[in-house]
Amino acid sequence: MPADGGIGAPTKRREDVRFLTGAGNYTDDINVHGQAYVHFLRSDVAHGRINGIDTSQAESMPGVLRVFTGADFEGVGTIPCGWQVTDKHGEPMQEPPHPILAQGRMRHVGDPIAAVVAETREQARDAAEAIMPDIEELPAVLDMKAALEDGAPKVHEELSSNLCYDWGFIEDNKAAVDEAIANAAHVTTLELVNQRLVANPMEPRVAVGDYKRASDESTLYTTSQNPHVIRLLMGAFVLGIPEHKLTVIAPDVGGGFGSKIYHYAEEAFVTFAAKQLNRPVKWTSSRSEAFISDAQGRDHVTKIDLALDADNNFTAIRTETYANLGAYLSTFAPCVPTYLHGTLMAGNYKTPNIYVNVKAVFTNTVPVDAYRGAGRPEATFQLERVIDKAARELGVDPIALRRQNFITEFPYATPVAVEYDTGDYVATMDKLEEIADIKGFPARRAESEKNGKLRGFGVNCYIEACGIAPSALVGALGARAGLYDAATVRVNATGSISVMVGAHSHGQGHETSFPQVVAEMLGIDPGMIDIVHGDTSKIPFGMGTYGSRSLAVCGSAMVRATEKIINKAKKIAAHLMEASEADIELKDGQFTVAGTDKSVAWGDVTLAAYVPHNYPLDEIEPGLEETAFYDPANFTYPAGAYACEVEVDPETGKVTVERFAAADDFGNIINPMIVDGQVHGGIGQGIGQALLEHCVYDETGQLLTGSYMDYAMPRAADVPFYAVDHSCQTPCTHNPLGVKGCGEAGAIGSPPTIVNAVIDALQSGGHNVTHIDMPVSPSRVWQAMQG
Amino acid sequence: MYAFDFERPSTIADAVKALGQDDAQALAGGQTLIPSLKQRLAMPSKLVSLAGIDEMRGICVDDGGRVCIGGATIHADVAAQEHYPALAALAGNIGDPAVRNRGTIGGSLANNDPSACYPSAALASNATIVTNTREIAADDFFTGLFETALEDGEIITEVKLPVPEKAAYMKFEQPASRFALVGVFVAKHSDGVRVAVTGASNGGVFRWTEAEEALSSNFSADALEGMSADASNMISDVHGSGAYRAHLTGVMARRAVTAAG
Repeated sequence: MPADGGIGAPTKRREDVRFLTGAGNYTDDINVHGQAYVHFLRSDVAHGRINGIDTSQAESMPGVLRVFTGADFEGVGTIPCGWQVTDKHGEPMQEPPHPILAQGRMRHVGDPIAAVVAETREQARDAAEAIMPDIEELPAVLDMKAALEDGAPKVHEELSSNLCYDWGFIEDNKAAVDEAIANAAHVTTLELVNQRLVANPMEPRVAVGDYKRASDESTLYTTSQNPHVIRLLMGAFVLGIPEHKLTVIAPDVGGGFGSKIYHYAEEAFVTFAAKQLNRPVKWTSSRSEAFISDAQGRDHVTKIDLALDADNNFTAIRTETYANLGAYLSTFAPCVPTYLHGTLMAGNYKTPNIYVNVKAVFTNTVPVDAYRGAGRPEATFQLERVIDKAARELGVDPIALRRQNFITEFPYATPVAVEYDTGDYVATMDKLEEIADIKGFPARRAESEKNGKLRGFGVNCYIEACGIAPSALVGALGARAGLYDAATVRVNATGSISVMVGAHSHGQGHETSFPQVVAEMLGIDPGMIDIVHGDTSKIPFGMGTYGSRSLAVCGSAMVRATEKIINKAKKIAAHLMEASEADIELKDGQFTVAGTDKSVAWGDVTLAAYVPHNYPLDEIEPGLEETAFYDPANFTYPAGAYACEVEVDPETGKVTVERFAAADDFGNIINPMIVDGQVHGGIGQGIGQALLEHCVYDETGQLLTGSYMDYAMPRAADVPFYAVDHSCQTPCTHNPLGVKGCGEAGAIGSPPTIVNAVIDALQSGGHNVTHIDMPVSPSRVWQAMQG
Repeated sequence: MYAFDFERPSTIADAVKALGQDDAQALAGGQTLIPSLKQRLAMPSKLVSLAGIDEMRGICVDDGGRVCIGGATIHADVAAQEHYPALAALAGNIGDPAVRNRGTIGGSLANNDPSACYPSAALASNATIVTNTREIAADDFFTGLFETALEDGEIITEVKLPVPEKAAYMKFEQPASRFALVGVFVAKHSDGVRVAVTGASNGGVFRWTEAEEALSSNFSADALEGMSADASNMISDVHGSGAYRAHLTGVMARRAVTAAG
């Protein structure tokens, strides 16, 4: 352990100095000499046929360089989908093309149908208003079940229907599941909606395309969570630019929550237009545009059956889910309702029979893809709500019912194709009961009742599959990319280190936590180590940051590369001390010869590597730089138990979260302060989903909640102080750090906790309410109380 | 936004003159107008800022005991005055500090957003809206959603509010905008009670006369027990049905009466 700041230290985030002083370098801060600006003309109808587009007036307006329409992209690739799901009959999903600009049809409000590039942003916008598209409005499909009826208008006329796939998981288990449910002593059924959300990162999307004619090189600056993924998808599948001629740079990024994973049309457009015009082209999304063009989240409608035997053991789970994909397939959209959802339906429980059916549906809405948690919140919500409902129906304690059914032996192979390597759900529940002060609840409820409020207690368990990988497994499930990651550790002559990582930090604090790992391994000051990320010309080919994978996958690559550094440095140290390599030990930044007082410092060895005057050149190369790629053996499985207490104002229906406790098992922890922050943020986001956020379209496909005037975001006053504990640690068994991932847990575990507590509060007031769909808004609670 | 000319006169007379030109638009605190301009929902040829007119800013009490507030006075200044505590509380809970230090009482009343707070205070207080040409009773001022009795180019220079014996405003916030989903201002005057409801009605702010009658004979929350405003013309949207808003009028009115003491 170095003096301070190694593994386990609550080091303050070094990146916050620039973020909090306005010194960040975000994509919109990047201005390339000579840049022009693009404004997209977006569809204002949900579904329409484009009979023609008159751009003549727009083209003649001041400052206009060119007006692009779909016709300019014939022969150019379409936006690819990165995952192919196979349906329950063994057929591939229906996969419609996703053009950069609409080709004859617009399929959602916000679908780009033309683009103006002009000298200034205002000129581009002025000219866009002068474009005259001849639009024939068509009937839109919004409701998923209606979209699947015979004769429903089709979002993509070339497809056989609006069904992308009908997925059964695992189809061979279905008969056994049906039989177990038929023979059960008790079956609890719940129908629910996991509502659509807008990701709303603080920074809207931005893309700047640049092209150097002399070298035929393109550069895209973009707000991305994974610049190498964008380079691969856009270069290889859309624009046909080989990797060595394309650089993708994602500098400081102001939050993503999944919405900045995907390759978007605007990125391809600015890269394409920059080459066409031989001018840099910049696009900055307005917040209004973000609401109608950033991939949205969730939007599942589910029916779940939970079967129990006479002793209240879970015997089967059967679910039927309709998953809204929107108008086009976003990059990872098909895998969210399937492999990130169905595989998690076992939860923390030893249920022997599970069958998941998902019908994924195209509608005339903004595409839906992964959003913080991505499939796992949807799985957790339905499972934990139906367990709570079952406990009420059976008259048993909801914690006792969960404990009775916990998986207690690991590794545990679920009936839904994954194997949990490790965990201790009893320990996290024990810890939760302690930090939530369950014993004090009756007194707090009595106090609330004295004030005319109904107080409820809600509990929840969750499991998630994180560290999205391994490549062989995801490939078998339909991924069209590997999901390893990579790191290069470049030790400089004086001993300072730059670590180039494939992960991308956009709020996760990698610039602080990753150096802590290397510092611990080498025994040096973490201040000597910097992280480089977000630039494909500087970093090795990594897959970026999502699915709580950065430390588990990229961090493991960094450990492997650092191990290579240590091995080589020991050889150099052995040479310098004229000792056997086997006798060299590294501790606190000093190489020593075991059993002697001989030592050389870290800096002496690194200097020797770059000034190899006295150096074993016949055995090893000069320099000290190593790269490792790491492809894990399995997902990681963070898990935990959450509890909260809410107050309901019975006169208005308003719910306030009074207490919230989270006991998480993330395996080993590198920086507990950053982990606290991740959990806080996740819970806040989950409270947002539970109580406030709702993306609503009207029956014609117009977005009713297209601004913060109607889309309710959580604010500081909406969340309580959290009791967060991560002392229960069952280290991951298959990665070198024993880490599991913590970025999504809060958003996965908190929504059912809140809803369970609201139901408890209402029942305590004599209201026979068994479920309220999210957001549990004042009006919905009041409506439910009216019976 | 579209290009426009900009003037910042220092007297009411100059402002009126500047507003006499085609498509000129008065700019008060800009809390509604600036977002509208940014979204290109408005395209005035000229903006005439009222922020530089000293005679339109400030708060005093006239001989009749009325609180007189200059039309360009910001919410934060109204929140800080002590002459009319219920009005101060209302102003102090509008938006956030940035809004309260830009937005003005005259701008809010002239805009007459159906979810704004101030119209309920003006109506329940029986305020007089003073313009550059005349005085308008609050009862005659609010004529519908975003509609008022103001003529083109007419500026609210001052608002005169009688201070009730007892008063309080209760706002139930719309979850997203935090404007009033339903806001009720209850004011007990020497000659009767006035109750004004904002946020709820398709017609904008209105006086709830049944509640006024009940409270005029018995100024207590009990007098409103079981009462709610007529639901037939209430706003119904993603944040709540008309029935819910109607229900909340009763709840908020009772709470306002209790708070008024």
